[in-house]
Amino acid sequence: MTEHILLRHRDIPGLDQIDTYRQNGGFEAWRKVVSKMDPDDVTNEVKASGLRGRGGAGFPTGLKWSFIDWQNWPHYVVANADESEPGTFKDREIMESNPYQFLEGVAICAFAVKANDAYIYLRGEFWQIAHKLDQCITEMESGGYLGDKLYRTNTSLRLHTHLGAGAYICGEESALLESIEGKLGQPRLRPPFPPAVGLYGKPTIVNNVETLTNVPFIISRGADWYKSIGTEKSPGPKVFSLSGCVNRPGNYELPLGTTFRELIFDHGRGIPEGHKIKAIMPAGASSSMIIANDEALATPMDYESVPNVGAQLGSASVIVIDDSVSIPWLLNKTIHFFKHESCGKCTPCREGTYWMMHLTERISQGNATMNEVMLLQDVANQLKGKCLCALGEFSIEAVLTGIERFPADFKTVTAKSNS
Amino acid sequence: MEKLVSLIIDGKQVTVPSGTVIVNAAKKIGIDIPVFCYHPKMEPVGMCRQCLVEVGRLVIDRATGQPVLEADGTPKIQFGAKLETACTTPVSEGMVVIGTSEKAVRGRKDILEFLLTSHPLDCPVCDKGGECSLQNLTLGYGPGQSRFIFDEKMHLAKHYPLGDLIFLDRERCIQCGRCVRFQTNIVDDPVIGFYNRGRSIQIITNSEPGFDSYFSGNTTDICPVGALTTADFRFQARPWELCSTASICPHCPVGCNLTINLRREARSNGELLIKRIMPRQNESVNEIWICDKGRFGYHYTESKERLTQPLVRREGELVAIGWDEVLSYVAENFTHAGKNLLALASGRLSNEDLFNLSELSSGLGGKSALYTHMAGGDLVAQVGFGEGTNLADLGKGTVILVVASNLEEEAPVWRLRLKQATERGATLIVANPRRTKLERYASQVVRYAYGSEATTILAIINAMSAKQNFPKAPKFSQGGEAIKTASETISSAENLIIFYGSEGMGLEASQALAQACANLLVVTNHTHKANNGLVGVWPRANDQGAWEMGYSPLPNLKEALQQFEAIYIAGADPVGDDPSLTEVVREAEFVVVQDLFLTETAKLADVVLPAQAFTEREGTITSGERRVQRYYPAVQHTDQKPDYAIIAAISKRVGLDVQESPLRIFNRLAAKVPAFRSLSYRLLAQVSEQWPIIGRNDLFYGGTSYENAQGLGMHLSSPSQIPALAWPHVPEVNLAEDAILAVPITILYDRGQTIYSSQLLQQRIPPAHITLHPDVAQRLNIPDGALVQFSLDGVAVDAILHVEEQVSLGVALVPRSLGMPVSAPVQIEIVVSSEYLD
Repeated sequence: MTEHILLRHRDIPGLDQIDTYRQNGGFEAWRKVVSKMDPDDVTNEVKASGLRGRGGAGFPTGLKWSFIDWQNWPHYVVANADESEPGTFKDREIMESNPYQFLEGVAICAFAVKANDAYIYLRGEFWQIAHKLDQCITEMESGGYLGDKLYRTNTSLRLHTHLGAGAYICGEESALLESIEGKLGQPRLRPPFPPAVGLYGKPTIVNNVETLTNVPFIISRGADWYKSIGTEKSPGPKVFSLSGCVNRPGNYELPLGTTFRELIFDHGRGIPEGHKIKAIMPAGASSSMIIANDEALATPMDYESVPNVGAQLGSASVIVIDDSVSIPWLLNKTIHFFKHESCGKCTPCREGTYWMMHLTERISQGNATMNEVMLLQDVANQLKGKCLCALGEFSIEAVLTGIERFPADFKTVTAKSNS
Repeated sequence: MEKLVSLIIDGKQVTVPSGTVIVNAAKKIGIDIPVFCYHPKMEPVGMCRQCLVEVGRLVIDRATGQPVLEADGTPKIQFGAKLETACTTPVSEGMVVIGTSEKAVRGRKDILEFLLTSHPLDCPVCDKGGECSLQNLTLGYGPGQSRFIFDEKMHLAKHYPLGDLIFLDRERCIQCGRCVRFQTNIVDDPVIGFYNRGRSIQIITNSEPGFDSYFSGNTTDICPVGALTTADFRFQARPWELCSTASICPHCPVGCNLTINLRREARSNGELLIKRIMPRQNESVNEIWICDKGRFGYHYTESKERLTQPLVRREGELVAIGWDEVLSYVAENFTHAGKNLLALASGRLSNEDLFNLSELSSGLGGKSALYTHMAGGDLVAQVGFGEGTNLADLGKGTVILVVASNLEEEAPVWRLRLKQATERGATLIVANPRRTKLERYASQVVRYAYGSEATTILAIINAMSAKQNFPKAPKFSQGGEAIKTASETISSAENLIIFYGSEGMGLEASQALAQACANLLVVTNHTHKANNGLVGVWPRANDQGAWEMGYSPLPNLKEALQQFEAIYIAGADPVGDDPSLTEVVREAEFVVVQDLFLTETAKLADVVLPAQAFTEREGTITSGERRVQRYYPAVQHTDQKPDYAIIAAISKRVGLDVQESPLRIFNRLAAKVPAFRSLSYRLLAQVSEQWPIIGRNDLFYGGTSYENAQGLGMHLSSPSQIPALAWPHVPEVNLAEDAILAVPITILYDRGQTIYSSQLLQQRIPPAHITLHPDVAQRLNIPDGALVQFSLDGVAVDAILHVEEQVSLGVALVPRSLGMPVSAPVQIEIVVSSEYLD
């Protein structure tokens, strides 16, 4: 790609300074929506762009905004900056280096749903970023971009940062809202969804940082321009967080629909010497394990194509696994994570992740037989479709696909005990 | 009107209001879908995932909006890929729910297996064993063998005291959150909560002292496992060994329905012993909850200090005497006294006791009086609740005014009922000199000074009369915005209910307040209608019953005690409450005390008669809302006799025609006292189906509270006449500047014998203390926590000083029944105790 849209700071140094940002067209979109557009027009423009949520679910952003309940007031906008999925580190770079574009996106979203307050919920470890955003917000206030009577209209908006206490579950939107309200971070029953009943019981739009960072460009350059990037059903640029067994890990902003091969081998410079690629986890710890064969590597990374090879694009945090990695060991690592992060509210996730952690531990250490691998599979299936939120449901993806697609690894680790 | 929806659950059709969740629709037709976290009294949360069912819905043609039909003409039903939680899924027209398919049963098994991985399976030593939802469901669906390795189980605290009353077994807890939601949403005492996350998630208390709530015991009823147990019942008995008797709580005017659980034990020579008190469902009274005083306060009935035989004074000493002999002795003296007999009884007695007592004294031409510090029941009898009133119905359009009552301390369950009423849309106005917990739900608060209770209500009437041409109340300067708004709210009320208590008042002031409240109801035409009327928040359970029979308090007790020749005191301890009465009782000619204990008054009596406790006899009591309810004998105590029987035996000996059995006494009462005329024991024992359905085979749904099979009680009928307005005389309070007025307030855990005998509650009884505003304490130069001294009616009192911002200036709050005799507001002088200075 010639031009960065989301990681624009890579083209323009110092973009995290308000003056630099302004000199490079910053806040033009914000001024345009406040002074010239109707909230509905903004939502329609985003709808027309085909932008889909970058947090993982890929839900059409404009459609979500149009679900806001106009009968119930006030409205809120919440930017989900909890970014806790292992292998995902895109929002962090955006907020650190291109914060104003993100905040401008938040502002535009707030305008579209007539919210006067927007919250940026950051994971507790992002306290430095929160500090930085607070400074940016202050700059925007003194620059006249936030506050009352903006651009001499009746629009008013205030932004607030809110730090979590370091729980993965608070990236789940309803748990996130509970956390802002000062309650224990546990997901709520859905439906109702936040656009109907959200923060403090009021209609709320929750969007991912990257999603919102797209918005200023959609407004300033138009939906048609946006749709020219990416694929028909998954338009736009995407920041792929590449990690694992790869020579040059990092964030890569590429159009949706770029193949795994291009990301891993062209941009990521391939696998460390002497090793062969074995598997790919395209959506962090929550993803299925794809067998990294030619078909998989040729698959375009968009919301429609990744399911063809038995996984989801999710937050596009591509973890590359080579032949030095034992899949049972990797499963133990991911399940340990989920066990640690399960909120404990629903039974299958609370008990199931705990049970699976013990099983994967024994299996990966070579202290289990094939029967226990089958038990692990059973337990994972027992969780499936029964959890309150996606955390539990995603915790089994790697387990089930790992056992199914990499049986040899399990034969190896159980060989000693089986005999 | 509510929209109705029809659906099929396991082949059975049911029609329910739209919005009903599947699990409740199933319950209506007797299908029990297993649940742990769901409770019919609470909003669903869908946490435990135990209630999984297959749900099929009509396929609707998008173009026509009509259901798509199968080839055979039946509507096409589409089942989801996943099982759904029956507790969170609302019903829809044409829905098909299957809970018995292999897939659904498999789902239940799966969840149970998960729950059991962390459960200690210590059923053989668990108090819940036998009435445990998890145990029952495991037998129904659970795996016979564990696939989880025992060594990998988490080991946690097994005897964690959340507070003095409730223990938590952290291994047994299945994290359903019922207790937390009960405390947070139903009680609004969010003193327990979840801590940590994942498998480490635990219930903790975040109050000091731990689990600081008057309703904590209820969490053990709704706990679906043996995680929460009461300090009282744990390790005491297995549920299947228990038998039960229906009862009514004797502690306050709410009249909560109880079940007494009993067991025969060796230590009682095979006699039945009370093992625990459980709530019994009465949706119009206490739903399925009781307060901790009702649950744990029964121990006085089994106290070793109970009187076991009649006593008579011989040569200055009280000595044992036979029943026959003592009854004749008493009868002789009563006959001699004739019209000079004074019967003084409290609302601790049943309707039958009180009726017989008044028959006895009137038969001899004597006088009977109520022993109480709160008056106005004669007015409640005229404008109180009548038939059709239901606390569960109060909602939109109803205005509830609570004046001079701290319901949390005086009648805890009523606080819950009024909180709920506001949630259903009722408007609550709280008028009190200081902030009370009830104010959280109030839409309006009226603050007045102690002493201005009646004038405040009269001022509300005055504020109305300007506009609405009501008969004018005497003019009072009292006014202001709060009065005006309250009066506006009241004048537009569809229904008006007034609860009045005795905060800061004695007899005279509470009578005036009751009159003012009755006037307000009369002028706004809110009497003689269901869900309208006056309620007295009485100090005792059957005060209203006494008033209905014509009992009233003596304006000057000391004088009366000096005037009458024979005094028959039943269920009251005037000397204990007010030591300044010691001399007059000692000097009275002939005093008979009938009680459970050798009270301070009994110690001075000529004859002491041992009476039975409410657990040992039957009877009826009339609650503050004028509901008459029956209680039944649970245990046998033959040494003592029921009050009504003692009175009947004396009556016979003086030659009066009095009934001896409760049933016959009640029939006479019904024939003689108009308010009781339509009641009978049979009618009081009638029940009708209540919702939610609890206490049947499926303990998992409603918990271990008992279903009501023994009677819901009935309201007294109201006199047909609406009382004439009478403007009360309001006593003037003239205080010197800087003077301190001691005002009596009520606390739930006081030093009354009924609480003091419970070791559990004893630890929660505060020491004698008075509370002042910090500025006043500073002016007196007395630090918080100091030991102070003051004199009440000639009796020197020591107390600890507390300071609190909420207390009005110039006022010292003095809790009743903490050893500080204060029956009405009185000026005091507070000095630091010399002991403290030492």
